[in-house]
Amino acid sequence: MSVQTAIASETTGTVSQATTFEPVIIGFTCNWCSYRAADLAGTARTKYPPNVRLIRLMCSGRLDPTFVLKAFAEGADAVLLTGCHPGECHYIEQNYKALRRYRLLRRTLEGMGIEPARIQLVWASAAEGVRLAGEIARVTEEVRALGPLNWPKDLLAEVDGVDLEAAWAATGGDSGDPPPESDANPDAASEATR
Amino acid sequence: MNGNGHSPVEGAAPVPGEGEIRIGVYVCHCGSNIAGTVDVVEVARWAAEALKDQGVVVAREYKFMCSSPGQELITDDIRNLGLNRIVVAACSPHLHENTFRTATARAGLNPYLCELVSVREQDSWVHTDRAAATAKAKAILAGGVERVRRNAPLDAITVDINPATLVVGGGIAGIQAALEIADAGFPVYLVEKDPSIGGHMAQFDKTFPTLDCAACILTPRMVSAGTHPNITLMTWSEVTHVDGFVGNFTATIRKKARYVDADLCTGCGVCAEKCPKKVIDEVYEAGLGYRKAIYTPFDQAVPRTPVIDRENCTYFEKGTCKACEKFCEADAIRFDQQDEEVTIKVGNIIMATGYELFDARRIAQYGYGRLPNVFTSLEFERLSNSAGPTNGRIVLRDGVTEPKTVGVIHCVGSRDRNFNNYCSAICCMQSLKFAHLVKEHTGATVYNFYIDMRTTAKAYDEFYQRVMEEGTLFVRGKPAEVTEAGRLPGEEGKIIVQVEDTLAGRQRRIPVDMVVLSVGLQPRADAKELATRLGISCSSDGWAIEKHPKLDPVATMTEGVFIAGCVSGPKDIPSSVAQGAAAAARVLGRIQQKQMNLEPIKASVHPDNCSGCRICNTMCPYNAISFLEAEGVSSINAAMCQGCGTCVAACPAGAISGTGFSNEQVLAQIEGLLMVGSDGTPLKRAVFPEAHPHGNGHRQPDAVEEAVQA
Repeated sequence: MSVQTAIASETTGTVSQATTFEPVIIGFTCNWCSYRAADLAGTARTKYPPNVRLIRLMCSGRLDPTFVLKAFAEGADAVLLTGCHPGECHYIEQNYKALRRYRLLRRTLEGMGIEPARIQLVWASAAEGVRLAGEIARVTEEVRALGPLNWPKDLLAEVDGVDLEAAWAATGGDSGDPPPESDANPDAASEATR
Repeated sequence: MNGNGHSPVEGAAPVPGEGEIRIGVYVCHCGSNIAGTVDVVEVARWAAEALKDQGVVVAREYKFMCSSPGQELITDDIRNLGLNRIVVAACSPHLHENTFRTATARAGLNPYLCELVSVREQDSWVHTDRAAATAKAKAILAGGVERVRRNAPLDAITVDINPATLVVGGGIAGIQAALEIADAGFPVYLVEKDPSIGGHMAQFDKTFPTLDCAACILTPRMVSAGTHPNITLMTWSEVTHVDGFVGNFTATIRKKARYVDADLCTGCGVCAEKCPKKVIDEVYEAGLGYRKAIYTPFDQAVPRTPVIDRENCTYFEKGTCKACEKFCEADAIRFDQQDEEVTIKVGNIIMATGYELFDARRIAQYGYGRLPNVFTSLEFERLSNSAGPTNGRIVLRDGVTEPKTVGVIHCVGSRDRNFNNYCSAICCMQSLKFAHLVKEHTGATVYNFYIDMRTTAKAYDEFYQRVMEEGTLFVRGKPAEVTEAGRLPGEEGKIIVQVEDTLAGRQRRIPVDMVVLSVGLQPRADAKELATRLGISCSSDGWAIEKHPKLDPVATMTEGVFIAGCVSGPKDIPSSVAQGAAAAARVLGRIQQKQMNLEPIKASVHPDNCSGCRICNTMCPYNAISFLEAEGVSSINAAMCQGCGTCVAACPAGAISGTGFSNEQVLAQIEGLLMVGSDGTPLKRAVFPEAHPHGNGHRQPDAVEEAVQA
């Protein structure tokens, strides 16, 4: 998608379906395997689509489900979770915990109308740069075929009319804990740029 | 954690986290490595403008940020512009994070307030579209900027190092490691599960490629280890429990009952001589020879103290005999001895537990265990060993007949998708050695069946050439079958090796008298269990995983636990010795420093928020989280915590925070990464209705988060 068409679609407020849709994908990587695989892909100059943006965690077990939801809320079209192969976790077995969270997320998101293909899990060892690049290409293609994510609309259609304030209070959320990301980090600056 | 160990610079911005955030951004060209694909000038210009509100006060690009002038850009800006956060967009943090953090610290800023984001390995090197790569670089940079805003100054954690070391495994790697440390003047506990140290090497006759007598070079080492004043030898013992963390491990060793008082025993050997019970020696003699019910595994065993094999001892079976006790002049036999648990305190642990051999029975078509004259490599080692059951005569299973033709099959159980995918590294050389020994001892015709010949180390290929010149016949092909079913003239009474000769391009049936299966190496059956006990991880094959396979091959992910020898994969003797010495060097470095700094990537519990549900307690693979009964909250031992962050993600109350990778940091990084779309323009985000209760576009997904957390 050229800059011109992008700007055009920006001004009309619709994402152009005429040109190739370029999804933005957030990838979570483990410091010991998949991040190193990405490094290796780089060193070996293995090409893959520029749609994925990687975040380094120390372990796939660090993946808080909130991160995935945050990525979707911020405009990602898909989330890629990566970690060490089963049995090869550098922290012994924490990738299994990532696997559990992945399954939970996939089901939860599906219930919200988000296609399961938008959240994918890929195991990649530090030696598998080529494999990781291939998987990124595959996921990019699958998400490109799905088109842009418009889940908030779907979700809102379902929860419309629900008094979220009351629901929040019912969870005990008013007991003093500020809801995450609301006022704890006032970040008007980043808002302004959007 | 919030204490800044570095004094603030004169006139600089207020202490980070308390005042104005002033970020410096540095985009590296890396020659043309980055600049060739990413418009670095544009990225820096964009950062100065678009990220101004995020606190970016200066954004520069430079040819090589890692060079001295590049680093000076950072240090000068910290001093002159009062920067309190640094983001460098360059190569992978695994390469130069330390460089830039050190530079940051030089200018008086806490090093953890510097972030390195990768626009080379993850951008310029893997993409070709300049516009897309530039857009991605902006996103990556914005992610780093958003993240660094939430970085807190961290101080390394300092722990004391106990100078004693535990070496698990008394093979050649463990012996080498123990001797190196002991020679440097520090105490070592050398724990071996067998009655004697020596490991597999003690079973070999010759070592390739020099054909040194294994015993002649090994036994002096064993004696040194056995008599060294700094080494406490614990044979016939096992590590049952390990607690603690680097510098401060507590290990529990179970000393199995020998039924012999080691202090009184002189090692004269009369007991074994007089013992009436003969047992097939499945371990040391690989089932080819006998030992007694009271025995030392071999003549040069260290220590000489024998053990009584309780299962086979007549006294333990029937309650009478005690021949050994009767003849022991030192009065050292103790039938009432019990297993004993000893607790030791050590600062570091070296795991050198070695390997076991692939079970040749698993490949039924090679006939091991069914065809008498099919031998394993270890059996052949014992046959050719002058101290072995046949006094070094290479004979068939009948114990008399010398073979006229011998087939050696390489890669048995290795490089085989049905069994082990990996190359066992030593089998080619071992098989060549067998070929040589057969020639030397019997003059028989030898066929070596190989897939590929791998003779890579010093003097290995020369040895291969020598064996070729000696007349060994090489057939390139993996035998399909070893059978006794002769059907052609000349095959009667022979074992036939059916093989596709891939160089000649045809099937061959080669009749031989003896087949030696060069079986591969595999992890010990209990390797995973012990690895878990020590808090280190294994690959799916079962080999221990190095901290870095190239740059840190003897360290593990667990601080203070090192690996040496075949525990991390098949190795020959020189490599095992080198690793033993390398692990010792690493340990000695730690001991000499007396203290060490730990990476402050740790999790901690905020007791006020902790509900005491204990979900995190079971999450930790290092048992670093304990529940404080009195306070009713969980608590994390910082020195034991390895920083994986699983508990942080698992805590339903959000009461655990992880330094270096806090929720705030990661969530902010996500925001930054999604600032721009694939084309470099601001990314279109979901717009939530104004009427929404929280109305800021953030509330909605949080409601979803609640759903997931619940």
